[in-house]
Amino acid sequence: MTNIWSLVKKEVRAYFGSPIAYVVIAGFLLLVGYFFYSLMNWFNATALQMAQNPYYAQQININEMVFSPLFHNVTIILILVAPLLTMRLLAEEKKAGTDELLFTSPLSVGEIVLGKYIAALAMWTIMLVLTALLSIFAFATGNPELTPWLMGYLGLFLTGALFIAIGLFFSSLTENQIVAAFLTVVTLLLLLVLNWVTSSGGGGWRSVLGYLSYSDHFGEMTKGILETKDLVYFLTFSFFGLFLTHSVIQSRRWR
Amino acid sequence: MIEVRELTKRYGELEAVRGLTFSVEAGRIWGLLGPNAAGKTTTMRILTGYLPATSGRATVAGFDVFDKPDDVKRSIGYLPEVVPLYQDMTVQSYLAFVAEIKQVPKAKRKASVDRVIASAGLGDVRRRLIKNISRGYKQRVGIAQAMIHDPKVLVLDEPTIGLDPAQIREIRELIRGLRGEHTILLSTHILPEVTQVCDGVVIIDHGDLRYSGSLADLAASLQKSDGVLLRLRRAGEEEAALFRGLPGIEKAAVEGDEIRVEWPRGRDLRDEVARLALDKGLGLREMRSMAGIEELYMKIVAGGPEQ
Repeated sequence: MTNIWSLVKKEVRAYFGSPIAYVVIAGFLLLVGYFFYSLMNWFNATALQMAQNPYYAQQININEMVFSPLFHNVTIILILVAPLLTMRLLAEEKKAGTDELLFTSPLSVGEIVLGKYIAALAMWTIMLVLTALLSIFAFATGNPELTPWLMGYLGLFLTGALFIAIGLFFSSLTENQIVAAFLTVVTLLLLLVLNWVTSSGGGGWRSVLGYLSYSDHFGEMTKGILETKDLVYFLTFSFFGLFLTHSVIQSRRWR
Repeated sequence: MIEVRELTKRYGELEAVRGLTFSVEAGRIWGLLGPNAAGKTTTMRILTGYLPATSGRATVAGFDVFDKPDDVKRSIGYLPEVVPLYQDMTVQSYLAFVAEIKQVPKAKRKASVDRVIASAGLGDVRRRLIKNISRGYKQRVGIAQAMIHDPKVLVLDEPTIGLDPAQIREIRELIRGLRGEHTILLSTHILPEVTQVCDGVVIIDHGDLRYSGSLADLAASLQKSDGVLLRLRRAGEEEAALFRGLPGIEKAAVEGDEIRVEWPRGRDLRDEVARLALDKGLGLREMRSMAGIEELYMKIVAGGPEQ
């Protein structure tokens, strides 16, 4: 445990010791802030119109109209942000030769992988907490439901956990950070759109591909529905990414 | 302290190390000598647990490298060929991080960092970023990180590579100062380094062991005779013949622009040789002892295929 903690501290310090953390956090907040602002604007205008009609007035729902689309947009930004957080984690160690220090220290490969993973996940958590500040405006001026909002954030956290595990895996494959980042973006984009095939009919391989996509699993959560199958999806695939990373490092040393 | 038995490492078809056997006693400095691509780095990586061996055994500080890797890693300090530095850290915070992952107890960490900073002479740069310090300092940081957990054994892969002559001398002094407290295995392809710093030597070439033993034994087995190389105003056959006439001299021959004079081991005829050169007015410019290990090394290494 202490070993993992030492690595987490070192990685988080490395994020903040270089411009990466500041640039990524600032850019991310700018985008999220803009999406939130424009969604709120649209929501206010629509709500004003709909309030004229008592029937439509009941349909106004800030969770569905602002937070759900906002959270979807955040996952798309995350497709671009996650590789930036993960690309250097293992690739840079290999390139700089510092992996030789780690692997000749009394640390297990599992501890090294987990230390790196938790550090990137901590960065993602910090970013999420910062975006939560935006929601204070919505809660101060309107009355959104808390449960779907919390579920949305849980979904975002789990999506980050999955994306970072995938990014870490690609970082273990190469010592070139650009290659690691690009392969991660490609994979994450596929995960975003794989469920499109189910729109032209389900069944068979289509439903398998649809299941692989995170979009539907995540969509359920932003509606405030927490189902075991969605949780299982995020947890198994995150674990699978870490397991593959572990195997890649282990096999490289034994070759 | 270090025991290697029949160690073999294969990378696919390539045999980097073949049946290597040697041992190093506690408290000694041993050199691992060989041309490039001889298998020095591979041997060290196996000893430090970075690479597994294909076959054979190795024990360090009484622990088997393959069965007890964590115990070995705790007993070894390792300076890899490429010094493993995090460029964006300060010297101090880097050493503190290494102390943590080498499992130095929390209460002792600060003292350990201060100790290695003092012994590696890093006081002036402790708060600077590693990327901003000179190459010589980086190498010292590398040695400092290897010593941070006060390991019994130090494995140093080419500790003086890429340094200027003054820095090389400093690093050698530093290593010599560690004799006794630590058992040290250092690799190099520079011969004088071995004769200046080491007690013994393991010579490998293309993965094969060529020699293993103390420097004193090496000199004894190598040289049946003692001798000097003379640089005179003129080095010709006549001058050589003059030296052959001296009582006790076994051999005197022209070698390039020098004259090599040899006599049976056990005597010291240097005074006589010098006196003759002065008496006959040969214009003595320089007189130096034959470098035994250098010759042996060249013989050993030149025997193999192209390096």
